[in-house]
Amino acid sequence: MINLGLDILGLARFQFGMTTVFHFFFVPFSIGLAFVVAVMETMYAVKGDKDYKKMAQFWGKMFLYSFAVGVVTGIIQEFQFGMNWSEYSRFMGDIFGAPLAIEALAAFFMESTFIGMWMFTWDRFNKWVHVLFIWLVMFGSSLSALWILAANSFMQNPLGYIINKQTGHVQMTDFGAIVGNPQLWNEFPHVIFGAFVTAAFVIAGCSAWRLLKKEHVTFYRKSMQVALVIGLIFSLGSIASGDTQMRYLLNNQPMKVGAMEGLYKNSTEKGEWTAIAGFDTKAHKTTWSVDIPYVLNLLSYHKLTGTVTGMNQANKELHAKYDKKYGNDINYYVPTKTLFWSFRIMSGASALFALLAIVGLIFNRKKSQAIVKQKWFLYIMGLCLWLPFIVNTCGWFITEFGRYPWVVYGLLTIADAVSPNVSVASLLTSNIVYFLMFAGMGVVMVVLCHRTLKAGPDAENTDGYSASDVDIDPYSKGAFNHD
Amino acid sequence: MTSLQLLWFILIGVLFSGFFFLEGFDFGVGMLIKSFARNDAERDVVIRTIGPHWDGNEVWLITAGGAMFASFPMWYATLFSGFYLVLFLILACLIFRGVSFEFRANMQTERWKTFWEWAGTIGSGCAAFLFGMLFTAMIKGMPIDKNGDMTAHFTDYVNLFSIVGGVAVTVLCLVHGLNFIRLKTSGELRDRARAWNKILYPVLFAGEVVFAILLFFSTDFFAKKPMSTTLIVLFLVVVTALAYWGVLGNHEWLSFVGSGLSLISVVVLIFNGLFPRVMVANNPAYSLLIKNSSNSPYTLHLMTILTFSILPIVLIYFIWSYWVFYKRLASPKQNA
Repeated sequence: MINLGLDILGLARFQFGMTTVFHFFFVPFSIGLAFVVAVMETMYAVKGDKDYKKMAQFWGKMFLYSFAVGVVTGIIQEFQFGMNWSEYSRFMGDIFGAPLAIEALAAFFMESTFIGMWMFTWDRFNKWVHVLFIWLVMFGSSLSALWILAANSFMQNPLGYIINKQTGHVQMTDFGAIVGNPQLWNEFPHVIFGAFVTAAFVIAGCSAWRLLKKEHVTFYRKSMQVALVIGLIFSLGSIASGDTQMRYLLNNQPMKVGAMEGLYKNSTEKGEWTAIAGFDTKAHKTTWSVDIPYVLNLLSYHKLTGTVTGMNQANKELHAKYDKKYGNDINYYVPTKTLFWSFRIMSGASALFALLAIVGLIFNRKKSQAIVKQKWFLYIMGLCLWLPFIVNTCGWFITEFGRYPWVVYGLLTIADAVSPNVSVASLLTSNIVYFLMFAGMGVVMVVLCHRTLKAGPDAENTDGYSASDVDIDPYSKGAFNHD
Repeated sequence: MTSLQLLWFILIGVLFSGFFFLEGFDFGVGMLIKSFARNDAERDVVIRTIGPHWDGNEVWLITAGGAMFASFPMWYATLFSGFYLVLFLILACLIFRGVSFEFRANMQTERWKTFWEWAGTIGSGCAAFLFGMLFTAMIKGMPIDKNGDMTAHFTDYVNLFSIVGGVAVTVLCLVHGLNFIRLKTSGELRDRARAWNKILYPVLFAGEVVFAILLFFSTDFFAKKPMSTTLIVLFLVVVTALAYWGVLGNHEWLSFVGSGLSLISVVVLIFNGLFPRVMVANNPAYSLLIKNSSNSPYTLHLMTILTFSILPIVLIYFIWSYWVFYKRLASPKQNA
């Protein structure tokens, strides 16, 4: 066979990255949309305003598309651990399996059952019962995020375990510590808030495109209003939770923070924050940079003094800590450029979201028609609907690339986790097929959402087949009767 | 082997039984989209019978996989990495059929509608076949090394026995799906489903007999556990016969429960034959055993408490959701 320089490890890593990124386009979108739709339907239940019902149904369609893709790509995620990372599964089974199983049992059943109920019973239940269904979907999907992040948090910061002397595998000793992992409680709000922001800005962006065409102005203005209020609250929330997470990482994973801030050397007392910079990653040096004094300390410690550990020192500390066990030829430097720029895109975009939400809310005041006239603003909003997906991806790039070279921090390297018995050909095939399928599904998703948007809120619903057409009275021809 | 390990071995079996019972008719209904339903309106109704449920049914698979990881990670690791290509194809099928229902409903051109209908049909059929093939190959014995790594070649999982196993499971799912349609629709579709099953059941019987014969020659099930294996195989044939009788005499519930029990007895047959192993290796010394493939007692204990407190609640609303959609769906009126 032609040697393409491909190896199992590289292919397995690529596959994990690809499937996770693609899956995570839809996860936050679904969680967020469930929340926004639930808010809209609750407003309908409270106010009795039919517009809100229409909004819940309309944006609910996009939620259903996204949910379908999220579900099917999620199965790949679960199977992938066993398929591509069998050594990891053996090593981590005692810890990792539990949250995964609880996730399925407690969260997936709730989501999938109540989404079916919500979808098909608009005319059958009292509006309060029906709104409860979507809240249960939203609750279920947040719960699933909690459990999978509990598993991820152990990988970032292992707690509540011992190493079994016979097998060499991790063994759970304290489930409370795994659920109470501070990493989890820093990560979870950040992910959930990010999900709300994602849905809010997609809805606001879609509404903006329709407002530019002056279609269903009342409907889209109201949608925009709900989206922007949610967007403002949670973009501020995700900035705040990002800040606490960053400060937690300062002590916990200094290498990650060093790379996010582009610091090879320790920072000086002046706390110079690198706004942009170029790096020579081979020589571990910053080639040029634009620095702003004191900002780094303000961001890191919320005061003017202090220093932040740079990557060179973090590298030394990691070697001192782990060389005995893993040898001294491991590279502990994480992909600096990726982390540095991902962090800048993520935090810059979050600030932009908050700003756009404020401006939008001012333009969209009840008595003012400003929002329809400010075309430049609507164009910006419309373009920004893609931004949350990039931001979410950046966030995971930081978290996961920043874990390098570990799959479980300090306990197992990525290279030791991969399945030894899977062939390059198998992995290459699955990578190519997954890639094509994802590309196809992505295109269909975009086309469907675009079409739904173009058809507008008055279009007929094709999903529920409006249950009344096909249902017949159950009691006239009971299921137990044989004709 | 501790009692907790035994309990979890049984629980994994229960979860897979639930999966095959539920997703079995999903697969069956899925396979029927193109051939059984004759026009768009009929397809709408056929798909609508599983519309609110297929997603929840698939969660049984995800739960079974998660529970396997949480209780027997060695089994999970060996099985999933060893059957890489089969599982990869299963995933592809599940993805295609999973999105097909939603996507089909929203397509505007005939061509794309047809595309997603085929995706649903082929995805469902192939998934059922591949699951049957995987489990049949698994009990036959696989090349597993000392570390528990399985390096199977094409003929290890594609052979006469596994193909017959795959076909048998596919046909079982198909009749199960038809029995489900008989319960969930009224009129033309309901009658047609019964007519189809009248033809399909003899085929299924033939499949089961061939499967039982091959089981005798390809596995050690009859040699190691002659009594229980024979009893379960007999049970499988009896419930299939009862279901067939339900088809002939038009007892719809009997047929549906019968075909469901047939699927469950296949799972029971496999798990009974596996015991006390979880993976059968060609070299018996390397077979994975319940006693040395499991997680620590602490984790098993924890999972037991959590499962027995969460699962009953899940079952309540899961069953309730079927109750909510209890009504039969009318076959579309024939205009032409």
